Amino acid sequence: MSENSNQTPSADQNRRNFLKALATVPVLGLFLVNLWQKLRRDELKRKNILTDLIQEKKAPAVISGLSDSKHLNLGVIGYGGRGSHLVRGAGFATKGWTDDAYMRTKKNNLDKAFPTFMSQEDLNCSLVGVCDLFDVNAELGLDASQNDVRPGRKSNSSATRYRHYSDLLAQDDIDGVIIATPDHWHSRITIDAAKAGKHVYCEKGLTRTFQEALDVYDTIKETGMILQLGHQNRQVEANDKAKRIIDQGLLGPINLVELTTNRNSPWGAWVWNIHKDGNNKTIDWDLFQEPSPNKIPFGEEALKRFFRWRCWYDYGTGLSGDLFSHDYDALNQILGMGIPKYASSSGGIYYYKDGRDVPDVWHVTLEYPDRDMTVLYSATLSSNNSRGNRIMGHDATMMMGGQSNVGSVGGFIVTADSESTQYRERLKNGVINSKYPIFSYSPGSKQIDGVTSATSQYFANKGLLYTYREGKRVDPTHLHIKDWLDAIRSGTQPKCNIDIAFQEAVTCAMATESYLTGRRVEWDPVKRRLI
Amino acid sequence: MAGQTHKLTSSIIVNNPQLYGLVTLRVLIGWHILYEGVSKLINPYWSSAAYLLDSKWIFSDLAKTIVSNPTLLTISDYVNMWGLTLVGLCLLLGVFSRQAALAGMVFILLYYLFAPPFLGLEYSKPGEGSYIIVNKNLIEACALFVLYYFPTSHLIGLDRILSKSETN
Repeated sequence: MSENSNQTPSADQNRRNFLKALATVPVLGLFLVNLWQKLRRDELKRKNILTDLIQEKKAPAVISGLSDSKHLNLGVIGYGGRGSHLVRGAGFATKGWTDDAYMRTKKNNLDKAFPTFMSQEDLNCSLVGVCDLFDVNAELGLDASQNDVRPGRKSNSSATRYRHYSDLLAQDDIDGVIIATPDHWHSRITIDAAKAGKHVYCEKGLTRTFQEALDVYDTIKETGMILQLGHQNRQVEANDKAKRIIDQGLLGPINLVELTTNRNSPWGAWVWNIHKDGNNKTIDWDLFQEPSPNKIPFGEEALKRFFRWRCWYDYGTGLSGDLFSHDYDALNQILGMGIPKYASSSGGIYYYKDGRDVPDVWHVTLEYPDRDMTVLYSATLSSNNSRGNRIMGHDATMMMGGQSNVGSVGGFIVTADSESTQYRERLKNGVINSKYPIFSYSPGSKQIDGVTSATSQYFANKGLLYTYREGKRVDPTHLHIKDWLDAIRSGTQPKCNIDIAFQEAVTCAMATESYLTGRRVEWDPVKRRLI
Repeated sequence: MAGQTHKLTSSIIVNNPQLYGLVTLRVLIGWHILYEGVSKLINPYWSSAAYLLDSKWIFSDLAKTIVSNPTLLTISDYVNMWGLTLVGLCLLLGVFSRQAALAGMVFILLYYLFAPPFLGLEYSKPGEGSYIIVNKNLIEACALFVLYYFPTSHLIGLDRILSKSETN
């Protein structure tokens, strides 16, 4: 008895001990039940939205290059800011650039320019010819051709400098030329290059006038040379993904698209530095202005025009060829809408009253009656209030850049329309909420990049600075050059070939002409003329 | 009930309401930290990078070093995901809860120090409340400090069994 009476409280104590030890375990149970419910809810939402939206979720693979098949010799005509970037895309950077980029990466690990350049594929080409009307730039081009710090194999030897582009084109050992001169030279050099049997990579905008666009198109078609227009957005995976989503009809009928440009810095408005070594001994001014409608003697004004040429219609088309062309081509890549039936544009020189004759605030309306669609483009160079681009469908809107907040690399979000027909049921039962994106694409969201300046940010937002292949950061300019070289080697057409380039050139010419004449411009595709 | 007393440590004695108050505090903080960890584990896109990049004050350089080094960033991601999950689980179940309270305090104090709500420090993401110097991180870290010095898991929690078996 006494043993039993001793045992009873002990067993009770054990039981109480046990209960107290496990007292909070039910809380964990409650936690797990809630977690399970949340996971099921998320899965249900994901299934309801994503399976519809994206059938293929994989990122584009790295296309195996044809670089080993044939060594190509390249020439560059116009080795300025853009020309040097293009040549870098082919694998050639000046020692100054590699040193500077290396130091920047060393100081700030977030600056990825140097490792991105060094991890570029070796495109198996040489830079053998450089032509520039400014001695300083020509020397830099030669420097780039022989810098050993480059992806893959070492350089062979220095390129040769040519003072006139026709001398460069006369070289038999040159397979292709990169043209990055101001726009007023594009058509003439492209035509002469194609006639000389050279393949052409031409920087955008393809041409300055409508007639030039026709001439370039006819020559390329006649000669059969491979032309790539410099819209590197064609290599950006976000645009391909956007196209697939739209092709599946997930936006419904699209009747309106809004494209925008917002910049707010002198550099962004083409007030570029006048080089301290720029003078009548280092610049061939007469040759520079040879194709321009108006000529002026060399002097202070000429220097301004030489280094800030985008500000005058004599040498370019301002916003039209520089920035509208990019947004138009990216949309053409996604929607494939081609040349509009009508274009009208307006604007003015409202902020930069510095003697320029191209507008700094400019808007274009493109009408596509066959597609029941209007494309609006609106640009300002005096406000950074980034508006982004919006493709507005009856069922959903796709927003790129601007306030879509999808990271820095040309991502986009898709938001259902509150009055959508396609999503009505799902909007009603709460699976879809029109206030939140039903799909968000943010490439490289786990990678951090040190994009600093506002203008860099502008290009990065539009996916023009870099893109991703299998999660790895790649410069789309490099991919675009590679695409051109691969097309030369395989005899196929590159992504921004002459047919697409022609659509860009005619559309930009229509918009420019409308601004200059103050009337709506119509495209006659049968007689190939503007009315 | 309130009359019953418990020995928290050899020198601290509390009554029932005080004990239950401390246990509730431990379980609630455990729940919160556990979900912070689990939510990161179940989100394949989560990375500590965004938080670190927005770091201000004395640890901002360290934060940038971590972000720019893929290995360090991966380590930081794993330490956060699994560290928070384990700390939360320990506090909730009352196992190794003193060590967990200390570790949790270090975690949360670091979050505070990497982005303190001081005057003049601007963050790209607006906070979910209004803070000046004192924010919820600081208060939670302080609560964990209290839990470290007022342990309860040997009375209510799995440590009760573990400490018993140790003494046996």
